[in-house]
Amino acid sequence: MNGNEIATSTLWIVIFGLGIGSFALRIVFLGLIGDRALPPWVLRHLRYTAAAILPALVAPLVVWPAATDGEPDPVRLFAALATFAVAFSFRNVLAAMITGAATLGFGLWLFS
Amino acid sequence: MAARGVKSPYRQGVLDALPFLAVVGPFGLLFGVVSREAGLTIFESLSFSVVVIAGAAQFTALQLMSDHAPTLVAVASALAINLRMAMYSASMTPHLGHLPLWKRCFVAYFLVDQTYALGALNFERSPWSAAEKFRYFMGTVTPVCFPWYISTLIGAWAGSAIPTDFGLDFAVPIAFLAMVGPMLRTPAHMAAAFTGAVVALLAAGLPFNLGLIVGGLAGMIAGAQVEQRMEREEEPA
Repeated sequence: MNGNEIATSTLWIVIFGLGIGSFALRIVFLGLIGDRALPPWVLRHLRYTAAAILPALVAPLVVWPAATDGEPDPVRLFAALATFAVAFSFRNVLAAMITGAATLGFGLWLFS
Repeated sequence: MAARGVKSPYRQGVLDALPFLAVVGPFGLLFGVVSREAGLTIFESLSFSVVVIAGAAQFTALQLMSDHAPTLVAVASALAINLRMAMYSASMTPHLGHLPLWKRCFVAYFLVDQTYALGALNFERSPWSAAEKFRYFMGTVTPVCFPWYISTLIGAWAGSAIPTDFGLDFAVPIAFLAMVGPMLRTPAHMAAAFTGAVVALLAAGLPFNLGLIVGGLAGMIAGAQVEQRMEREEEPA
């Protein structure tokens, strides 16, 4: 083993630490609350989890793409807008993904 | 979404999740290639994907280990990225909390961005029982999670023979934006999405990717507030 490599023991500690930790995060409410009734105000917030967190996840990736080292990129920005416009207008996930991929591919080809 | 009706929930789930093959496949390949470059064996690469089953967190942990960050820092940083899974878990509880514990453990293990988003998109409006929702969920797992293992394995095996620069970085944003669109059915959902995105951008400087959690919580509060306000307006004076 040379200095650049990841030690085998470290690797397995990370794999299992991350695996157990991730499972704990995923089971915490499903497992602990189960079928107990949740108060209406909690349910009211939970209804918006997906609609809130997915845009929160995507927005920084769109504005500061990793591929351009965080520099805003017109091609990726436009591809994101096209994807969202189709997804929102036509409520069709597949059509939106194809639009986004095609716009991105065409834009990258055009400007490369 | 394809038309509903005669199809079983499981088949419906498989069909709805099929487009994600285009995202998961290349992403898994990439993880396989990158992990081999970091010095992992094929068995270690595959184990990583099977045990952890969370792309962004795996890439983060791998990067930190390659940079020789302390083990605890590598685990904690990657777990911070996975904090959103706890919110997914809470969000699925009203739909799947009635299932027996072993089924809930299955759901929890397979609760990734794509399977969660499809569940969230479909469960609220569907007349399905918890058992049918479980079958739909396992349907979405089939073309998302298993290809994740297989593509990791292929990537690890083929290694650098696979080109990795084809705009793949942007597959994830496109896939999620495509799913967010149909979720925005009401002004409350739109408020949640808009607030979530804006707050996540404003809070992007926070350490450990916490901007995502802050943005998500702010969006949930915004959605709940708008819903409540609209209900009040609808009440007869």
